[in-house]
Amino acid sequence: MRKWGLLAAALGLTLAACGGSTTTTADGGGDDTAPAAGGSRLDVVKDRGQLICGVDGGIPGFSFVDESGTYSGLDVDVCKAVAAAVLGDAEAVEYRRLDSTERFTALSGGEVDMLSRNTTWTISRDSSVGLEFAPTTFFDGQGMMVKTASGITSLEDFAGKAICVETGTTTELNLTDQMRQLGVDFEPVVFQDADAAYAAYAEGRCEGMTSDKSQLVARRSTLPNPEENILLEVTMSKEPLGPVTVNNDSTWFDVVKWTTFGLMQAEEFGITSENVATFEGTENPDIARFLGAEGTLGTDMGLPNDFMVQVITQVGNYGEIFERNLGADSQFELERGQNALWTEGGLMYSPPFR
Amino acid sequence: MAHDSGGSSFELKAMLRDERFWKIAFQVITLIVVLALVSFFLSNLNRNLIQQGRAFSFSFLTNPAGFSIGESLIQYRPNDPYWRALIVGLGNTLSLVASGIALTTFLGVVAGVASFSKNWLVHKLSRIYVGLVRNIPLLLQLFFWYFAIYGALPQPENQIGVFGIAFLNNRGVYIPWASSAVLALLGIAATIGAVIAAFYLWQQRTKIRVETGTGGKTQTIGLAVLGLLWIAIIVFGMNWTIPAGVEGGGVEGGLRLSREFVASLTALVFYTSAFVAEIVRAGIQSVSKGQWEAARSLGLPAGSVMQLVVFPQALRVIIPPMNSEYMNLTKNTSLAFAVAFPEMYSVATTTYNQTGRPVEVFVVLMATYLSLCLLITLVMNQLNQNVQFKER
Repeated sequence: MRKWGLLAAALGLTLAACGGSTTTTADGGGDDTAPAAGGSRLDVVKDRGQLICGVDGGIPGFSFVDESGTYSGLDVDVCKAVAAAVLGDAEAVEYRRLDSTERFTALSGGEVDMLSRNTTWTISRDSSVGLEFAPTTFFDGQGMMVKTASGITSLEDFAGKAICVETGTTTELNLTDQMRQLGVDFEPVVFQDADAAYAAYAEGRCEGMTSDKSQLVARRSTLPNPEENILLEVTMSKEPLGPVTVNNDSTWFDVVKWTTFGLMQAEEFGITSENVATFEGTENPDIARFLGAEGTLGTDMGLPNDFMVQVITQVGNYGEIFERNLGADSQFELERGQNALWTEGGLMYSPPFR
Repeated sequence: MAHDSGGSSFELKAMLRDERFWKIAFQVITLIVVLALVSFFLSNLNRNLIQQGRAFSFSFLTNPAGFSIGESLIQYRPNDPYWRALIVGLGNTLSLVASGIALTTFLGVVAGVASFSKNWLVHKLSRIYVGLVRNIPLLLQLFFWYFAIYGALPQPENQIGVFGIAFLNNRGVYIPWASSAVLALLGIAATIGAVIAAFYLWQQRTKIRVETGTGGKTQTIGLAVLGLLWIAIIVFGMNWTIPAGVEGGGVEGGLRLSREFVASLTALVFYTSAFVAEIVRAGIQSVSKGQWEAARSLGLPAGSVMQLVVFPQALRVIIPPMNSEYMNLTKNTSLAFAVAFPEMYSVATTTYNQTGRPVEVFVVLMATYLSLCLLITLVMNQLNQNVQFKER
């Protein structure tokens, strides 16, 4: 009898403990536990003194790590710009290499502060996957790479043929859509790892390799015989690529968003890493506000007021970043095309800094 | 009042001194701590998910999947719902598990028995195989088979024909197969049935011969008839289609085993068999030397010593750890994802990436692998009971 009494008491205690813990968590609002739940990620980054940025690390021109462990590329420069804006030091970044399947869980789990990993902006990722997309830093389209010798000239030629693709990407879905529309029965060979996918394409497992065009161009340079591969004259989708943060943290999202816009606005103003010092004491009120000499645009966001000066001095404006990594100063020599400023017929447009 | 309180304090002291109380109290405290931790983590997860606008729900499973899957046992179109895509993945996993278990058992037992061979080459081969394969990570072996071995096969234009009935190229392996899935299943069922029947006939024959010293003729004839019947069913009943090379490369007819499937299967079988070989070796060694000597002094030939005396006793030691190896094989099929085989884990990864629901998808995944392993345990436990000592 006594034993049962003890057990009953224990059970009661347990239940009380459970009830207690649920109420505290509900009341507490979460500002005491995981940083992602309470205050903004901005405070976490400031406290840490370092930005943790999720990148791919295997795409020359976007994010690529060389033999000495140095990261470079357009995506990497966006990370650097955010670090310069928040911490005043473009080198205060820890890069995490993430594959296409890990990236969203790493972000929503709080392992990285932001993604700058050629991620396509789509409505479902913005809503149901729970992400926030900062402005597009590269407008791309999905392409198809084939071997010149294969004689394939259009998507219709892929009937019964194999196409290598990376899993967890929009390309995987677009490919299916396009082929369904054309009524072409093909064999998808889906790899988790981009390196494995390109290796399988190179040794002939697949007739085609599909991805964003920029990525295909970049990856082609790493294939055994780059000149033997061509990109078909097809664009299978719109691929706006840009930085990403987690949902429902607008303080942090604003910082990433406006730092990115700032890169474009700087180019529009004609401010570069070389001439930024000459704009000190400028008479132009727009530029004075932009550089933090007037107003409180920076401090209102929780940043130093001259955050854009740091960004431009240490990283440069969007045009400089593009030319350095993908354009005339790089091995790829890509045209600006859609990625030119709106004033030059492109799509890069920043809302006013006011 | 005073009397009452004195009594209860006395009772309390007695309880604190009671060993039984502390035994239960420690269990209760542990239970509370575990439950509190679990409820903390779950509520933390739930709170974060809700904050990101992704409350726990399985409703996404009925949304159209939108991605294509390379190979499938059942009909699948890209606009089918996610749950159907997951079933396709499960089917691919099951075919890998089933063929893997069958081949692993065979190769593992052969390699294990071979390590007792008096033949120097056979013995050494078995030891080298186990030593080499057991010590290299499975993932590396998967890549090795996929890229170095099957990747080195020629393009479809220059494919290798094997006696004109099977073909090999860097897309896969093409073998003769029944013309329909139903016939193929019937063939597999007939084979399993024949093996079981043959086993019992053989056992009965051995028993009669051991007890009477002669006879068992009926059973021998039965075995022969069974064998002929099975051959007849397989040869004439399957309506075989033979793969044929197509002009300019490629193969028509027959069954195509994709390179992804074949590479995964080879890697898994070679890897797991090395462990099985060691289990078999341990099992055989566990049979005491006296049993070998007794059997030999009865005048039994070497083959019969193994088959009639040693192996049945070794089975008692072999079967329980075999259960773990089968489960390992089942769980390791998820690595086939690295070489693009669309098994359960691969499809699940695509699903959670496109839907942003990793928690839900992982619950499904864990439940699936758990059920598969429990199923294997159930079968193996039954088998284990059958080979244990029978008290008479």
